[in-house]
Amino acid sequence: MMQKVYSKIESIVGNVITVRAEGVSNGDLAIVTTSQGTSYANVIKLDHDLVSLQIFSGGQGVSTGDQIRFLGVPMRVSYSDNLMGRVFDGTGKPRDKGPSLTENMVDIGGPAVNPAMRIVPRNMIRTGIPMIDVFNTLVESQKLPIFSVSGEPYNQLLARIAMQAEVDLIILGGMGLKYDDFLYFKDTLEASGAMSRTIMFVHTASDPTVECILVPDMALAVAEKFALDGKKVLVLLTDMTNFADSLKEMAITMDQVPSNRGYPGDLYSALASRYEKAVDFEGAGSLTILAVTTMPGDDVTHPVPDNTGYITEGQYYLKGGRIEPFGSLSRLKQQVNKDTRDDHRALMDGMIKLFASYKESVEKKSMGFMMTEWDEKLLKYGALFEEKLMDLSVNIPLEQALDLGWEILAECFEPNETGLKSDLILNRWPKKSVD
Amino acid sequence: MANTSGRVIGVNGNMVSVEFDSAISKNEVGYILLGDVKLKGEVIKINKNVASLQVFEMTEGISVGDSVEFSDEMLSVELGPGLLQQIYDGLQNPLPELASQCGFFLQRGVYLDPIPNLDWEFTPSVKVGDLLRPADTFGTVPEGLFTHEIMLPFSFADVDWKVTSIKEKGTYNVREEIATVEDPKGNKRNLTMVFTWPVKRAIKTYEERLRPDETLVTKIRIIDTFLPVAKGGTYCTPGPFGAGKTVLQHMTSRNADVDIVIIAACGERAGEVVEVLKEFPELTDPKTGRSLMERTIIICNTSSMPVASREASVYTAVTIAEYYRQMGLDILLLADSTSRWAQAMREMSGRLEEIPGEEAFPAYLESRISEFYERAGKVRLKDGRIGSVTIGGTVSPAGGNFEEPVTQATLKVVGAFHGLSRERSDARKYPAIDPLGSWSKYVGIIAANKVEYARSILFRGSEVNQMMKVVGEEGTSIADYVVYQKSELIDTCYLQQNSFDPVDSSIPIERQRHVFDLMFTVLAAKYDLESKKEVRSFFNTLRQKFLDWNNVEFKGERFSQLEGEIKKLYKGKFVQFDHVAEKLM
Ligand SMILES: Nc1ncnc2c1ncn2[C@@H]1O[C@H](COP(=O)(O)OP(=O)(O)OP(=O)(O)O)[C@@H](O)[C@H]1O
Ligand SMILES: [Mg+2]
Repeated sequence: MMQKVYSKIESIVGNVITVRAEGVSNGDLAIVTTSQGTSYANVIKLDHDLVSLQIFSGGQGVSTGDQIRFLGVPMRVSYSDNLMGRVFDGTGKPRDKGPSLTENMVDIGGPAVNPAMRIVPRNMIRTGIPMIDVFNTLVESQKLPIFSVSGEPYNQLLARIAMQAEVDLIILGGMGLKYDDFLYFKDTLEASGAMSRTIMFVHTASDPTVECILVPDMALAVAEKFALDGKKVLVLLTDMTNFADSLKEMAITMDQVPSNRGYPGDLYSALASRYEKAVDFEGAGSLTILAVTTMPGDDVTHPVPDNTGYITEGQYYLKGGRIEPFGSLSRLKQQVNKDTRDDHRALMDGMIKLFASYKESVEKKSMGFMMTEWDEKLLKYGALFEEKLMDLSVNIPLEQALDLGWEILAECFEPNETGLKSDLILNRWPKKSVD
Repeated sequence: MANTSGRVIGVNGNMVSVEFDSAISKNEVGYILLGDVKLKGEVIKINKNVASLQVFEMTEGISVGDSVEFSDEMLSVELGPGLLQQIYDGLQNPLPELASQCGFFLQRGVYLDPIPNLDWEFTPSVKVGDLLRPADTFGTVPEGLFTHEIMLPFSFADVDWKVTSIKEKGTYNVREEIATVEDPKGNKRNLTMVFTWPVKRAIKTYEERLRPDETLVTKIRIIDTFLPVAKGGTYCTPGPFGAGKTVLQHMTSRNADVDIVIIAACGERAGEVVEVLKEFPELTDPKTGRSLMERTIIICNTSSMPVASREASVYTAVTIAEYYRQMGLDILLLADSTSRWAQAMREMSGRLEEIPGEEAFPAYLESRISEFYERAGKVRLKDGRIGSVTIGGTVSPAGGNFEEPVTQATLKVVGAFHGLSRERSDARKYPAIDPLGSWSKYVGIIAANKVEYARSILFRGSEVNQMMKVVGEEGTSIADYVVYQKSELIDTCYLQQNSFDPVDSSIPIERQRHVFDLMFTVLAAKYDLESKKEVRSFFNTLRQKFLDWNNVEFKGERFSQLEGEIKKLYKGKFVQFDHVAEKLM
């Protein structure tokens, strides 16, 4: 491939420069050499011979006389076992002291999986967290974000699930990650011995915006390759709201008409093309995505959580240090909870319905109304539920959690107050409570 | 004839500007030549000698100067036998065949024959010398459950075409010539079993449109009884994410009383389509005893597939629906989600730098939505038979707020509105259709005044519930409390329905009527209950019985037993009937 060098930059707006050049293809990578060093850039628009590029390291300090060299290839990432245990930035440069990797380069942002080749997800991922295992089971190849208010321990939750999940490989994509959180992940993974099967692509809060946009694509391209090679891969993406905000910044630079609170109209498609990488390959491995979406102002209708919710297969709603039963949802749970235990589904629904009634009673109580006998039962139930099942420190297997569920019900209600089917009650209602 | 060619002069996302030399038309298909690969696109704007080509593929690798070939054809679908059971992308590319050629991933620039190259057993129904008009049948082939009619292409001029030759009964390839016709001027045309039709133009080869006056039974109680859908009608299902739109459509696609179901998975999750793909072949259609897949067509352009073909996918789906309607069949088109289609229009409009309307949607959003739903309808064909296309679309409003452009534009044109509420889905009250805010203009399966009565209890019950939140249970009269409990009973045992229970997930009309009758009697009765505690306990027991009743096989032994128990229970406390209700009984 011929590599021509251009040195006449026509405009610099935000992170986007334009230059007149010929024979350039959409999406191509280029190297921009400035007084501060070199940076990658990629072609995002062509108009006759005017080429627009976004500079990964940002537009600051770029001068009109700087040099641009087109590489004639799109953005790529190296893929091999040598990635294990390594830490890279959003462009694939090492962040650790290891060597840079250039072997076996694969395109990022590749095509979608043919829907006809997909299979129905079938394996539960056990986490030991009752609010997940019982009420919103996590499934291999699921794409699921944790919706969280900032300040909640979402990265801790993410790390805990990653540790406990039985996967072959963990790939962490950090976007706008606080350096402390980066260290937290690194230390936790190292302490548990999981670092040797972890790969990190990390963009921290102080790195250039464009690199943030690249992180999910880099992480997912590598993950996809490992999955095709038969590995069970878990991809952790935190925080996707930072990713969306970077997209917003780019869109504004490009003078795109925003659709909702400044976000571009294609935010949905942009998020979907990343999340949809989650897949279970028949005859090979799988790719599961667990992400974090912080909700500005605890507002689930904010465009980022809102668009995410429409894309992912449910969400865990983290609030007050607990996974809330309302707002949380695993849409794939019915694929697996039919085969766990015969009471799983019914108990799950029944307990949540009662918990909803409990919430109503709490509301009534807070307004100073007299509590009926029924309200009292619900209050007792709610308190037990929160203490024994919701608390994130609880770490028990699914079966034990189900048994505990029945015990809580029996401690609070008569069987016919639970709305559960009679035959199930006959089999499962703890004996001591049936008079 | 040499087609027009051109060259790329700009690329902006999936919008490619092309300079061309002679004549092209809007909506014409063009191909960008990228080495050996041809990338398909549709002309959506022409300005002097520059065409804006909306490319249906990723545009990475396209350079200024690349050649473009125009096809002289509008974006079209192929129509003919073999469409049933197919899984297509938005441009009618057969996905399983694509998979066997390209493996796990979609590969751009690979376009396969949409109609499979099969042989069919053809029976002519005309003879040489007969005259045909467009859409007139000249033969048939058996396609699974149906007699597929081979028609004179709809795009032919509306004149008398004389049959000049026709093959006799026998087996022919779908693309083989089976007849020739001639127009009054002597222009000859060869006919095969396949022809094309531009997707964005409605097929109007019927005699007249009729009022959608027949219920389309979905076997979902809250719909058939309270918020019915009609054959040839339209309805929409807006709701926040996770409220149950897709589950509802999947239930409907299994159980709907129609001949053919077309599922248009438009910009949603691929995994959801897979569930249908894997389950339908295993499920039997109770009506025909055959696999459900035999009456299903899937158009699948999921969220990570190219956005431009997402825009096309709903048109592909509705065109195929109209084609089968022309054979006197009832077709249900379920589109999930129309918001993604609207967003695809928005992305395109943005790249064309059109003046944006509300939330950056283009100004023509409303007219596009109404044009689309207008393609539904019950029609009488020229030979007197009736066919219908029913369209049900989900809407995914931003923030779950129905006051947004797509929901509002849709509500203006549809005949029924099934609004899903976050509150109900959070409380696991499925299907989470809000029974109070939703509406339907169609006739249902149960006498309207009885339904109205039950609905009035729901309204009053909800009022009492609101009031109780202010004055507490202690400030509520026993009579009001009973109304509240009755409304909860209808809600829990009739409106809610468990989609994952083998029995409860589909309730035929006969059972709905049967259950509703008893429910109505229970609602209509006044009871001798002294305290709220007694009221609560009475209704708890009733509720339990009704729930158990819902889960047992219709008219089985257990069914009658439970029915007896319910009757005994309510009679035990029965005082008299409410006189308004009594008149309806
Ligand atoms: N009728 C039902 N019975 C039981 N569970 C249901 C029902 N409807 C929905 N659910 C639960 O809610 C989840 C979400 O439903 P669904 O996927 O239909 O939502 P949706 O409205 O289509 O969301 P989105 O807009 O994000 O696509 C399901 O995975 C299931 O767990
Ligand atoms: Mg859906």
